[in-house]
Amino acid sequence: MASAYEPVIGLEIHVQLQTRTKMFCGCELEFGAEPNTHTCPVCLGHPGTLPVTNEQAVEFGIQVALALGCEVAPHSIFHRKNYFYPDLPKGYQISQFDIPLGSAGSLGEVRIHRVHLEEDAAKLTHTGGSGRIHGSGASLVDYNRGGTPLVEIVTEPDIRDAATAREWLTLLRTTIRQLGVSDVNMEEGSLRCDANISIRPAGTETLGTKTELKNMNSFRFIERGIEAEIERQRGIVESGGEVDQATMHFDPASGSLTLLRSKEFAHDYRYFPEPDLVPLVVGPERIEATRAGLPELPAAKRDRYESEVGLNPDAAAQLAFDTELGEFFEQAAEQAEQADAKAVANWVTGELVRYSRESDFEHPARTEASVAAVASLADLVEEKTINRKVGREILARLVSEGGDPAAIVEAEGLGALAGGDGALEAAVDAAIAAEPEAADKVRAGEMKAIGALVGAVMRETQGRADGGEVTRLLREKLGG
Amino acid sequence: MSGMVELSAHEAAAAISAGDLDSGEYLDTYRAAAEGDQLNAYLCPIDDEPAAPPDGPLAGMPVAIKDIFCMEGVPTTAASRILEGYRPPYTATAVERLQQAGAVPLGKTNMDEFAMGSSNENSGYGPALNPWDRSRVPGGSSGGSAAAVAGGLAPWAIGTDTGGSIRQPAALCGIVGLKPTYGSISRYGMIAFASSLDQCGPLTTSVRDAAQLLAVMQGPDPRDSTCTGIEAGVEVPEPGASLEGLRLGIPKELAGEVEGMEAGVRDVFERNIALCEELGAEVAETELPHAAHGISAYYVLAPAEASANLARYDGVRFGTRSPEPADLTEMYEQTRAAGFGAEVKRRIMLGTYALSSGYYDAYYGQAQKVRTLIARDFDRAFADFDLLLTPTSPTVAFELGARAADPLAMYMSDYCTVPMSLAGIPAISIPSGMAAPAGGGPELPVGLQICGPAYSETRLLAAAQALEEALTFDRAPALGAGS
Repeated sequence: MASAYEPVIGLEIHVQLQTRTKMFCGCELEFGAEPNTHTCPVCLGHPGTLPVTNEQAVEFGIQVALALGCEVAPHSIFHRKNYFYPDLPKGYQISQFDIPLGSAGSLGEVRIHRVHLEEDAAKLTHTGGSGRIHGSGASLVDYNRGGTPLVEIVTEPDIRDAATAREWLTLLRTTIRQLGVSDVNMEEGSLRCDANISIRPAGTETLGTKTELKNMNSFRFIERGIEAEIERQRGIVESGGEVDQATMHFDPASGSLTLLRSKEFAHDYRYFPEPDLVPLVVGPERIEATRAGLPELPAAKRDRYESEVGLNPDAAAQLAFDTELGEFFEQAAEQAEQADAKAVANWVTGELVRYSRESDFEHPARTEASVAAVASLADLVEEKTINRKVGREILARLVSEGGDPAAIVEAEGLGALAGGDGALEAAVDAAIAAEPEAADKVRAGEMKAIGALVGAVMRETQGRADGGEVTRLLREKLGG
Repeated sequence: MSGMVELSAHEAAAAISAGDLDSGEYLDTYRAAAEGDQLNAYLCPIDDEPAAPPDGPLAGMPVAIKDIFCMEGVPTTAASRILEGYRPPYTATAVERLQQAGAVPLGKTNMDEFAMGSSNENSGYGPALNPWDRSRVPGGSSGGSAAAVAGGLAPWAIGTDTGGSIRQPAALCGIVGLKPTYGSISRYGMIAFASSLDQCGPLTTSVRDAAQLLAVMQGPDPRDSTCTGIEAGVEVPEPGASLEGLRLGIPKELAGEVEGMEAGVRDVFERNIALCEELGAEVAETELPHAAHGISAYYVLAPAEASANLARYDGVRFGTRSPEPADLTEMYEQTRAAGFGAEVKRRIMLGTYALSSGYYDAYYGQAQKVRTLIARDFDRAFADFDLLLTPTSPTVAFELGARAADPLAMYMSDYCTVPMSLAGIPAISIPSGMAAPAGGGPELPVGLQICGPAYSETRLLAAAQALEEALTFDRAPALGAGS
C-alpha cells in the first residue's frame, strides 16, 4: 500500500557566495588554505569588534533572489541567531529572520519561500573518534570558513518525491552557477542541502509532522537520504505510530538515519534584530539594474530550446540545466554548417551522452570528441555523406579516440553510396534480382515488402547506403 | 608643579602647544599621580614611552581610558575576571583618534564589570572609591574614569554610557560627563554591553575639555556602520557663552516627580533653575509621559543585547578557560560560572529570558515600543524647547554596600539618565552644587543634566559652558586622592 501515503518535501539550501572577502569583515576567502590564516579580530569574534556588511554579497544575494523570481525587500534587516558552539565565534550567527532579502519566488515547478543572507560558521574537525563531537579526542576549529557569505534558499513544500528533489536541485545549481555568484560544489561544501520531509495520506491537504534531514553532501545522497526518510516515516505510520518532529542525520556510508536532535532539544535561537548593523536598503532602480544584468537562466533557456529549437522537454532541460553540456551544444550548433540546431542537439543529448557513459567519462562534454568533431559529424549525416548508422559508429569512436570524422570516413571508405553513384544502383539491381518475390509484391503495390529489399541492399553495401535513397531507387525501378 | 593640575586639560594642552608647559613633565606628574592611586581608579597603568608628540591638538596630553576600550597589546578586561590576561590584537577607533591627535594613554580605568552597574562595585577587581569620601561609591559604570579625573589622577578621561554610565559617575564625583548622540563616536573596539545604547564620551573637569575630546573622537568610521559622526561638527564653546533667550524645559517626570530623590538634590536643582532664569533663559515645565517607563524598558533591552554580546566569552579563543572540563558543555558552564560576576550573570539570565520564544513579544517587543514612545516624547518636547534640564542622579554618592544587595534600588540610580539613552540623544552632566546625603554627613557634589535633540552637541555644550561659568563650582575634593 505504498501509494497510500504522499511524501511532502521542502528543501533548505545554503550556497557560499564567491565574494573576494567575508560577509562582515575584510578577510579574503580561499578554499583549502592553511587553517586559520584568513582571520581577523572581527571574524574571530574578539571583544569590541563590529560587523560591516559586504556590498558584493548583497549584490549577489539580490541576483539570486531575482533569478529565483523573488520579490526583493526594499528594506530588510539582519538578526542575531543565538547558540553556543565552537564554530560560532560570537555565540550568534548574523542572519536574516522576519524580513529576508527575497521572498515569494519560484524556480521551475517549485515555489521559493525565502532567500536570505547570512554568515557561515567555522569548520570543525573532530579527531580520534567517530568524526562527530561525542567521543572524539579533540576538536579542531578552522576559522577560515567562518564568516563566508551564504545565501540560504528555502522552498515551499512543493516536492513529492526524492528524484524530483534531486532534479530540481540540479536546476537550482545550474541557475546559480550561471549567475557566477558561487561555484556551487557539494563536495567542497559551497552548496549544501537539508530536506524537510513529511508524509500524509494521499489526497489530503494537511501537512504531517516533518523531520529535518541534514548532511547530504552529494546529489546521490540527497535522493537516497530522502528516500530512506520517506520509508522510515511510512514504516512508522503503517505500523500505527506517529512521526516525531526531529532532526535526522543521514550517514552516506551505511545509508542509515540516526536521530540528531529530538523536539525536546530543539534550539530556541532567541532571534532579535542585530543592533550593530543598519538595515539593508535596496531601491527599485538598483533592483531593475541588477535584473537587467542577469544572464539567460536555465529555466528560460529550457523554454527557448523547446519553443525555438523544437526540442522535446527532456532534451531541452538536459541542455539547459547542464551548463557545460549546454555550452558544448551551443558551440557545436554554431559550428555546424548543414545540420540545424535540433539535429546537433539530438546527437549531443542522445549518442554523445550515451557513449560517454558507456566509456565511463566523467562528463559528456569532456570526452575525446571535440565540439568541432561533433559539429562535423552532424553535417556529414545531414548532407548524407554518411548515414545515421555509420554516424553513430563514428561518434562512438570519436568519444573514446577523438579524431576528425571526415578523415575517418575518407580513410575507411565509409561514405554513403549516393543516388548518382553507379555502385548503389548496381546494388539495388542485385537486390531485386536476389529477392524476386519481394520485388513482385512491391510491384503489386504491397509496400510492406520493400523492407526485405532495403535490407538486401544494406547487406550488400555493408550499411553505407542511405536508406531514403535506396527506397527511392527501389520505388523508381519497381513502380511502387 | 602642583599648579599644573589646577589647569583644566584644554588649558594645559594650550600651554604645551605654546611651549609654556613641558609635556614630559606634565605626563610624569600624572604618571606619578596614577602610580599613587589610592582610589582603585586604575586597573592597569600604561607606561609605554609616548611616540614623539605630533602637532595634534592634544600633543603630549595624558588621558585615562576606561578598561572597556581595546588597545593593542594592553591588558583589557572590562573589569571582568573572564578577560583576565587578555591583550587585544587591535586598538579601538576612539583611542586611535586620541592618539592621532597626540594624546598619551595614561592607564586603563576601573569600571563595573562589562559596564553593568551604577556604583563600580560590580568590578571584578574591587570597587573604585569616590575621592570626595572614600567610604562612598564613585558611581558607575565609568566610576574609575570619574574617580581618576575628580581625584586629580588624570587630567581627563574617556568612558562609555549605556544608561547613564558617564553622566551618573560624573555627577557623583563632581565633574563633567558627556554622552554624545548615539552614533557620534565609533563603537569599534569598545567592548559591547548593549550595542544599541552604548556610546563613548568624555569625563572632564570642564565643559570645554569635554567639547575638545568629543571633537577629536567623533566622526564616521568605516568599521562601525552605526557610526555617522556629527555631520555639522562640534564647536568648542568660547568663554562668555550665554543662556539668553534659550527655551529650557523641565520634564516633571524626571524632576519633581522622581521618587526617592534626596531633598538636597532637589534644592540644588531648584537653585539651578532659578539661576537659568537669572541668566535670561525661558524656563517652563514640560512632560515626557513615557519616561517613567524608561527603567523598565531599559532593563529588558540592555540585558537582551548583553545576553548575545557576552556569548563570545566561552573559553574557546581568548580570556580564561575552565582548566579540566569533561566536555564542551562543561567547559562553557565552568568558564562562564567562574569568569562572570553576579550582576553580569543576572543580566544574562534576564536578557535570555526576555528573548525566549513565547516571551519575546511580551518583553523585548513591548520594551522596543516603549523606547519608540520615549523617543517621540522627546521629539514633542524639543518642538517647544531647545534643551531639557533634570537632576543627573536622584541622590548624591551613596555608601559602599548600601545598594549592593538590592538590584532594583541600584537600577533606580539611572532613573533620570536612561530615557536619553533610549532616545539616542546627547546629554551632559555638569557639577551644579553640593548637598548633604539623605542620612546626613558632609556635603557631596550634585550634577545637573542637560539634554538636547540628536546632534545638537554644539548648542548643548554652549549652554553647559554658560551655566558652568555662572555656577563657579569648586571642582576639587577636599581630600587628596594620591599618596
